[in-house]
Amino acid sequence: MMMTITYFSIVAAGILLIPFIRVKWKGIITVSVVIVNAVLAGWLAVKVLTGKQFDFIFYGTPVTGDIAVRIDALSGWFILLINFTLVTGALYGLQYMKSYRKQSSNITIHCIAYLLTQSMLTIICVVQNALVFLFAWETMALSVAMLILFEHYKPDTIKAGINYIIQSHLCIVFLSLGFIWVASRTNSYDFNAISNFSSTLSSFASMALFLCFFIGFAFKAGFVPFHTWLPYAHPAAPSHISGVMSGVVIKIGIYGILRMILLIKTDYTLLGFIILFISIVSGVYGVMLAILQHNLKKLLAYHSIENIGIIGIGIGLGTIGIGTNNLLLTTLGFAGGMLHVLNHSLFKSLLFYGAGNVYQATHTMNIEHLGGIVKRMPHTSILFLVAALAICGLPPLNGFVSEFLIYSGLFNGLKTGNMVSMLSLLISVFGLVIIGGLALLCFTKAFGAVFLGNSRHHFPHPPTESSAGKLIPMYMVMGLILAIGLCPNFFLGMLSEPLKLFTDKLSLSAEAAYTVTNTGYTMMYIGWCSTGLIVLTGIIFFIRKKITAQKSVAITPTWSCGYVGNTAKMQYSASSFVRTYRKLAEPLLSIYKKKKEIKGIFPRDGWRETHPYDIVEEWLIDIPLKQIKYFLGKFRFLQNGMIQMYTLYGIVFIILVLGLPFLYGAIKSLIEFLNQL
Amino acid sequence: MISFILIILASIFFTGIIIRTKSIVTGRKGPGIFQPVKDVIRLWKKGAVYSKTTSFIFQIAPSIYFASVLMAIMVVPFGQYKGIISFEGDFVFFAYVLALGKFFSIISALDTGSSFEGMGASREALYSMFAEPAFFILMGSFALLTGKTSFQEIFASLHFGSSISYILGVLATFVLAMITMVENSRMPIDDPKTHLELTMVHEVMILDNSGFDLGMILYATNLKFAMYGALIANLFMGSFPLYLTIPIFFGIQILFAIAVGLLESFTARFRMNHNAQYIFVLSSVSLLIFFGVLLMLGRFN
Repeated sequence: MMMTITYFSIVAAGILLIPFIRVKWKGIITVSVVIVNAVLAGWLAVKVLTGKQFDFIFYGTPVTGDIAVRIDALSGWFILLINFTLVTGALYGLQYMKSYRKQSSNITIHCIAYLLTQSMLTIICVVQNALVFLFAWETMALSVAMLILFEHYKPDTIKAGINYIIQSHLCIVFLSLGFIWVASRTNSYDFNAISNFSSTLSSFASMALFLCFFIGFAFKAGFVPFHTWLPYAHPAAPSHISGVMSGVVIKIGIYGILRMILLIKTDYTLLGFIILFISIVSGVYGVMLAILQHNLKKLLAYHSIENIGIIGIGIGLGTIGIGTNNLLLTTLGFAGGMLHVLNHSLFKSLLFYGAGNVYQATHTMNIEHLGGIVKRMPHTSILFLVAALAICGLPPLNGFVSEFLIYSGLFNGLKTGNMVSMLSLLISVFGLVIIGGLALLCFTKAFGAVFLGNSRHHFPHPPTESSAGKLIPMYMVMGLILAIGLCPNFFLGMLSEPLKLFTDKLSLSAEAAYTVTNTGYTMMYIGWCSTGLIVLTGIIFFIRKKITAQKSVAITPTWSCGYVGNTAKMQYSASSFVRTYRKLAEPLLSIYKKKKEIKGIFPRDGWRETHPYDIVEEWLIDIPLKQIKYFLGKFRFLQNGMIQMYTLYGIVFIILVLGLPFLYGAIKSLIEFLNQL
Repeated sequence: MISFILIILASIFFTGIIIRTKSIVTGRKGPGIFQPVKDVIRLWKKGAVYSKTTSFIFQIAPSIYFASVLMAIMVVPFGQYKGIISFEGDFVFFAYVLALGKFFSIISALDTGSSFEGMGASREALYSMFAEPAFFILMGSFALLTGKTSFQEIFASLHFGSSISYILGVLATFVLAMITMVENSRMPIDDPKTHLELTMVHEVMILDNSGFDLGMILYATNLKFAMYGALIANLFMGSFPLYLTIPIFFGIQILFAIAVGLLESFTARFRMNHNAQYIFVLSSVSLLIFFGVLLMLGRFN
């Protein structure tokens, strides 16, 4: 109780203070409020993760009824990871926003929105009252919209912001539908009512209820085909906001899905397969489009969709585990999924911060214009490289750990089950491997084109390394990435309480518990192997250094078949790096190309452009919109600009409104008269 | 431990045998079978030339590549004897550790800023991506067949009984052999002896490497050959005692090397733009293995 009051008074004090102080202090106040609140919430979360459980009922308003606040281990896990990224985001943002200091009022709104986002995300994790939940959800959605719209004077940003606002309200529509359904039948807004209500439903109805919530949360999480706002919102927002958004805001959708799995009782096996299918499609589709992007931040945005897919595969697997009463599958699936939520929030925010550094140094996000940054910004390059390795799921970093858990789940699931489940698990293995391979292609392209080689573009100001203020939060994230990679069993241990929530749904046997302890052992082994890999690399590099120390070293230009002219322009570009892939993937995607061929005896300059577009967006949004526009266009004659006609509309309207009761009465009496005949 | 030592031993003569076979088939005398290793040792003694475009990535990448191959070899078992590293799901680690090496070799090629090396890197990234699913489906089928999820347990409990299992063995050998060719950029996919940069895949990626680094990269190729050879040998070792398995191991390595030599002598490289499709076909062969396993277990219902 005291905690809640302290928490909210700090937020309120921060919000009230920010408009009245000098620009320089706004950021600092925001950061300190964010840190204090993160520590408060984090302290609670750690307590919960070590086995405690908090359960309060606040006496709410007559509208909302009692407000239940239950903090269980699942909330704890999400609070912890959300607040970590929000803290690094705030610290990074403090330096990032320095170049926008002139826009004082803009920064005020930005800071307030950031504080609101943090507190609302935390509330969403703990509150279990439908109305308050929706209120917090809406406030969160709007404050994130404010954060995205920071550079509102750019037309692209406005477009992205509006797109985001519309789609996040679609999300709220589905959530409200679900909550209204439950509340209208049970007369209670408490989440426990959902659980009780769903157990009274038929399996078909409870599945429909779940899917209603699932679609709502999937909009936020960015599952295909509900993802189309993501690739616009991420590049439009300032980099620390992109990092926070991709890192944690979309994860709140995952939290919602996990919470609903805990609450709603339904046919878990079928549900698991549905989630698995949507996730594989999201994962593969996300990375397939990511490879083709020319904008670094858009590329990263599509990777968020891919990673949501990987998380979803884990969740789907765990849900199948609940359905088939398989402890190992449940544990591995949910552990992999939830650990990947943390992992993705780390490496994706790091990637966005890295992209932010590059943007502020070069003022472009076009991959084709960058290059050779590694020599000018070594710290940023190393940080980006580590995050890129982690997102590809390569050992010894954290991405490997969670993907390994999901792989183990898939291979273990293969051993049991019937033909259909085996085939779908095999397809999942296939999907996960393809995702891994494509991610490798994508990030070698991104890292290679942006950081390596020679600069492809002449910048008036040569890029310089970012300030320590930006690099320190990034190194904090990198530290955690390495820590998870090297001692995964510790973090798996932290997950044991949240996992218990899911495994409690099973009826257990002693033999099953043994296989799960075995997983902890395997994790420890992987930690050792990862350490071993680093040590081995170190030893080999040391030997190489010792041996080559006395040898002669010459520095020459790169081999280019004897050509010694301007080789910077001859470099392989990012588009050509993925050209073979593009040719193969073209039938599945919609890519628009324009080109001017080189022709004639004296050729003039030729050029070609590729514009990757989202085929889902084309079919689900653009074409229906076009048809609605066409249909509504038929009524355009009504809007003819003649003031007389508009007056007429008004009169017709008034007559109709006033006349309807009479008309109704007349018809009613007519029918009665007819009945009497 | 035993597999690690034996693979290192096999790596010393493996490429030598390939080259020797090719020279005999084409009617030349050819170098001795230890020549490739002698070349590597000669490279290790040399100084280096670095491009002025390159950064620290280019310096560390060969070491990481070499370490990743060594790490992968440690995972490979020897029949019923565990590799140095063995845990449930270790083949995932195996594949991903190799991918780590590949990541670094690709970005080190991009680090030179050369158009040739970018081209090679692009091809290598795409081909290895397409080869990966075949390996995972193969291991998934074996996991299903044996009910185990680590290399050593799978190979130790893999035994051939029915006629289907022989077909599976042949198919698995084929898939592993083709993955070897893809991963090592050998004949049907890539021609290591071509002299035109535009038609190379792996060779063009290491154009700018020299001295100790080049030696490491070349030796890693030998190691990779022997490593995949060991995997194939593992298919046939079962739980025989050591005095049988060691000859089986070397026999299969030599046979495999000769087969690679013959293949390289009598086939031409595929058209570059059809390579990806060809490699993808390997996945469907693995899928056949999967269905074969289902058939053996009587799970078709």
